[in-house]
Amino acid sequence: MIEVLYFAWVRERIGIPRETVETEAATVAGLVDELRARAPRYAAAFADVSALRVALDQELADFGASLEGVREVAFFPPMTGG
Amino acid sequence: MGTQTQAGGVRVQQGAFSPEGELTSFIAACKGAGAVVSFSGIVRNDAGGRLERMEIEHYPGMTERALEGIRAEALKRWNLTGAAIIHRYGPLVPGEVIMMVATAARHRREAFAAAEFLMDYLKSRAPFWKKEYTGDGAEWVAARDEDEAALGRW
Repeated sequence: MIEVLYFAWVRERIGIPRETVETEAATVAGLVDELRARAPRYAAAFADVSALRVALDQELADFGASLEGVREVAFFPPMTGG
Repeated sequence: MGTQTQAGGVRVQQGAFSPEGELTSFIAACKGAGAVVSFSGIVRNDAGGRLERMEIEHYPGMTERALEGIRAEALKRWNLTGAAIIHRYGPLVPGEVIMMVATAARHRREAFAAAEFLMDYLKSRAPFWKKEYTGDGAEWVAARDEDEAALGRW
């Protein structure tokens, strides 16, 4: 069980801000593949992962990173603070 | 040098704040400083003057951690007597103050450099996203390549 959070247009495309996901995926990329297969709105949100960023337990990570021990995964577009 | 000993800190809030008031308290708290630099970010009236409002979304928890990390890195790189970051989220209209950073050091060069460092990092490493609303609808602000490239100089 893993908490998956979505922000900005990723949240809007998927339609929910967060959900608990049962996953067998070993890596972020594996989780993205599982999510894409769920529904077209997920496929649309994850169509181009180069346009996305990921954080594992609130630290920026990359899509090849392991999910071992991770409790919270967040997907979002590049940040625009300041 | 631990981060506990320096003045300032990190604050993420929805409500408005007074940059003048924050700066006054920051200067008072920075014992031994000879130079204080502050930067305030204001909502520009972009979209050809048609921007009605902006909505800033953030990632509660990660935002504070990211900003604390950026501040700690600045304190490590420069000999500062203080560093402060305040960033708002939620609805904002043109002319409102979005955020400010302030840095203090014995001499100005370190304070200027650290303030620029804080700005460069929080633009593309702190989880905030801006959405702009005009009469025509709403659009997420795209990240700029220059902002990402700016990190290369540090």
